[in-house]
Amino acid sequence: MYVAVKGGERAIANAHRLVEHERRGDRNVPELGTEQIEQQLSLAVDRVMSEGSLYDRGLAALAIKQARGDLIEAIFLIRAYRTTLPRFGFSVPLDTADMAIRRRISSTYKDLPGGQVLGPTFDYTHRLLDFALAAEGNPAPPVTAPVDTAERFPRVTDLIAQDDLIERNPPENPGQPVGDLTREPLAFPAERDLRLQNLARGDEGFLLALGYSTQRGYGRNHPFVGEIRMGEVEVEFDIPELGLMASLGEVTLTECQMVNQFKGSLTEPAKFTRGYGLSFGHCERRAMSMSLVDRALRADELGEERTSPAQDEEFVLSHSDNIQATGFVEHLKLPHYVDFQAELALLRQMRRELETRASTHPEAAE
Amino acid sequence: MSLAGFPNPVLDQQAAFRAVMQALSEPGCIVQAGALAGEGSPLGPVARAIALSLLDFEVRFSLSSSLADAEGDITFHTGSRLASRLDEAEFAFVDLRQDVLDLGSFAQGTPEYPDRSTTVILRVESLTGGPSLKIRGPGIRGTRELNIPGLPTDFALQWAANAARSPLGVDLIFVTNEAVLGLPRSTRILPEAR
Amino acid sequence: MSRTAENYRGYNFAYLDEQTKRMIRRAILKAIAIPGYQVPFASREMPMPYGWGTGGVQVTAAILGPSDVLKVIDQGADDTTNAVSIRQFFEKTAGVETTTETEKATVIQTRHRIPEAKLQGHQVLVYQVPIPEPLRFLEPRETETRTLHALAEYGLMHVRLYEDIAQHGHIAKTYAYPVLVADRYVMDPSPIPKFDNPKMDDCAALQLFGAGREKRIYAIPPYTKVVSLDFEDHPFEATKFEQPCALCGATDSYLDEVITDDQGGRMFVCSDTHHCETRRCEGHVGHLGMPVTEAAE
Repeated sequence: MYVAVKGGERAIANAHRLVEHERRGDRNVPELGTEQIEQQLSLAVDRVMSEGSLYDRGLAALAIKQARGDLIEAIFLIRAYRTTLPRFGFSVPLDTADMAIRRRISSTYKDLPGGQVLGPTFDYTHRLLDFALAAEGNPAPPVTAPVDTAERFPRVTDLIAQDDLIERNPPENPGQPVGDLTREPLAFPAERDLRLQNLARGDEGFLLALGYSTQRGYGRNHPFVGEIRMGEVEVEFDIPELGLMASLGEVTLTECQMVNQFKGSLTEPAKFTRGYGLSFGHCERRAMSMSLVDRALRADELGEERTSPAQDEEFVLSHSDNIQATGFVEHLKLPHYVDFQAELALLRQMRRELETRASTHPEAAE
Repeated sequence: MSLAGFPNPVLDQQAAFRAVMQALSEPGCIVQAGALAGEGSPLGPVARAIALSLLDFEVRFSLSSSLADAEGDITFHTGSRLASRLDEAEFAFVDLRQDVLDLGSFAQGTPEYPDRSTTVILRVESLTGGPSLKIRGPGIRGTRELNIPGLPTDFALQWAANAARSPLGVDLIFVTNEAVLGLPRSTRILPEAR
Repeated sequence: MSRTAENYRGYNFAYLDEQTKRMIRRAILKAIAIPGYQVPFASREMPMPYGWGTGGVQVTAAILGPSDVLKVIDQGADDTTNAVSIRQFFEKTAGVETTTETEKATVIQTRHRIPEAKLQGHQVLVYQVPIPEPLRFLEPRETETRTLHALAEYGLMHVRLYEDIAQHGHIAKTYAYPVLVADRYVMDPSPIPKFDNPKMDDCAALQLFGAGREKRIYAIPPYTKVVSLDFEDHPFEATKFEQPCALCGATDSYLDEVITDDQGGRMFVCSDTHHCETRRCEGHVGHLGMPVTEAAE
């Protein structure tokens, strides 16, 4: 006697308990605190904040803990939380030229005002496992130097712009509304503000692969790292009703300005162009990848032929979001037996028809 | 003058919406309004309830001349702003008892985005007792009769022009003091039998 | 009404905030006014994954009121895990009454099936949709498909379907079979089997379709003409089953194939679990079933 499968509710409840149990692991091992994650897995926290589109280190750390270190799952938790938050308005544009610099490098000039600041980077470390770290890791305190707070770090692209050798920044237009693809469905073609927002939330691996593809000739754009800078920037909110500019605090940002070749056109003299990348926290790889893809997506605007995936706006913007991607890929786990049954029936019918044809016209089967 | 909003915004908005949804799903049917929002507004309690339920800072509205006084109330309660032009409003409120109707003056949508059109809320005295018009289209099993009194004399003509723009065009929601009746762009008025 | 939003602290009634509901409601009204046209909407991130019914859940959340009775099915069944999960979501956040009985429900959210019982005028059927664009498998670009819809240029689709006929002798599409709605828009009915397509035509209930990841809502108002695309010499034919349901003996329902052993044993049972149970309670018995009264003992 066949009994239809029941008990979905109990199965779900038990699965939830089990996943909690697995998350905790061996209870003889001390439990991981969110502060530990925030402090010691800070780059994971930065990625979750960037792709989760929410600047909150504590919540990102909690999400990482709850997701058992699965960063896409953690990003999903943050996104689902973010979407419930009320919107009060937009901050005034951040001034990254006014950043409290912790790292700043340029590959286009040997030296420049403010200097090169290596900062906390894995670059030039030898990737050798540090077995001592398995026991404990109490490193020596960092070397410090007196800070000249008055020193400015002008953006490299602004320095190049003085010679008019690089395209100018788009003109400021304070009254123009800023697009927000979380409040308005994306329509194509998309303006650059929406493209940049999409990329800023995009999956790091996807951006990395696309950026890489431009270097290998799929939409090559001859990039130089004009500048990468990382540090703290103040966020300000304009409240005209109260006639004041309120400071909301500061955020850590990584900004990458890629300087790219441009041969010029019939109407435009040859000059450098820009690709722009920005991320929360210290996410250099994603800021660089983003700037490569941003530049590639400007193909139409710069009169370049679109031949490669990274230049294809619909392709890039429709597939960059890892929460959409993971949901749809993983939905294949859901039951599809109704559709499968329909396909099965058709397959059987087609084979039967073939057999019938073969038996009535044996010569046709030869 | 400050009018009260809904006593229970979450449930009242849902009820007001469901009545409108039903009205547009079954064109020509008289549907009891799901919620009323106070007396005292020139919009009347049903149109005002619709405004409170469907408008917010993401859309703009327009008002026919005799409803001009309703602007402050709508903006205060919903955050929606008065559109500077009729064809820039997602919602239009027209008092058919006093003001003229020109369906062509509203946003009609575009071939790619026919949804970018105006929904017009029309205040009428009654939904019954007027001359009979036969209508047909999605949401109607066979045909249905429309008996709204006080329609503009050229209404059938204006509606035919709206139909000719299909799938572009405006959608209408007629309201009295207690009921709603929908006439989406997909509804056709049949020519009178001779 | 005994249960209201106040009982569920921390969530708004039916989870979504009011601003989001208004945005979705506006899209629904447009969808109803333009049958079969896909209205873009600012789909939100939901606490369940994209592809798992976020569009249907958002539509349901936007229309649901405290007096509604909700039924959720996946593959026709009320007890599949994702149906259970979505039903629990609304029990928790909206406190609405839920049911497995098709006839009792005012709102039915579904994935991949239309219930066998004829739907009624007061009911709303909400479909979960993975890919709303019927032309997507012919043309991946949104900019292109949008133009094709604007021009009602559906020749490409007919060519594609006719290629099937030339190659296989019939149209090789068994689910998500495209339909023409109200003589204007070609629409994807979501991955329901084509067996269910005729139920959409002239249906008394309002049908709403929500695609969360793709950010589209569309609708079929009640009593609307819905035609499955076909050709004069190859008319549309719904899938037929050669045997009745093994449990209730139904000959007019969609059947799931269940593998019963590793020797090739299999049986066919109704995919609509409520339909099957109802029939069995009425005394219908299939060749592998047993009368309900005995089974209960």
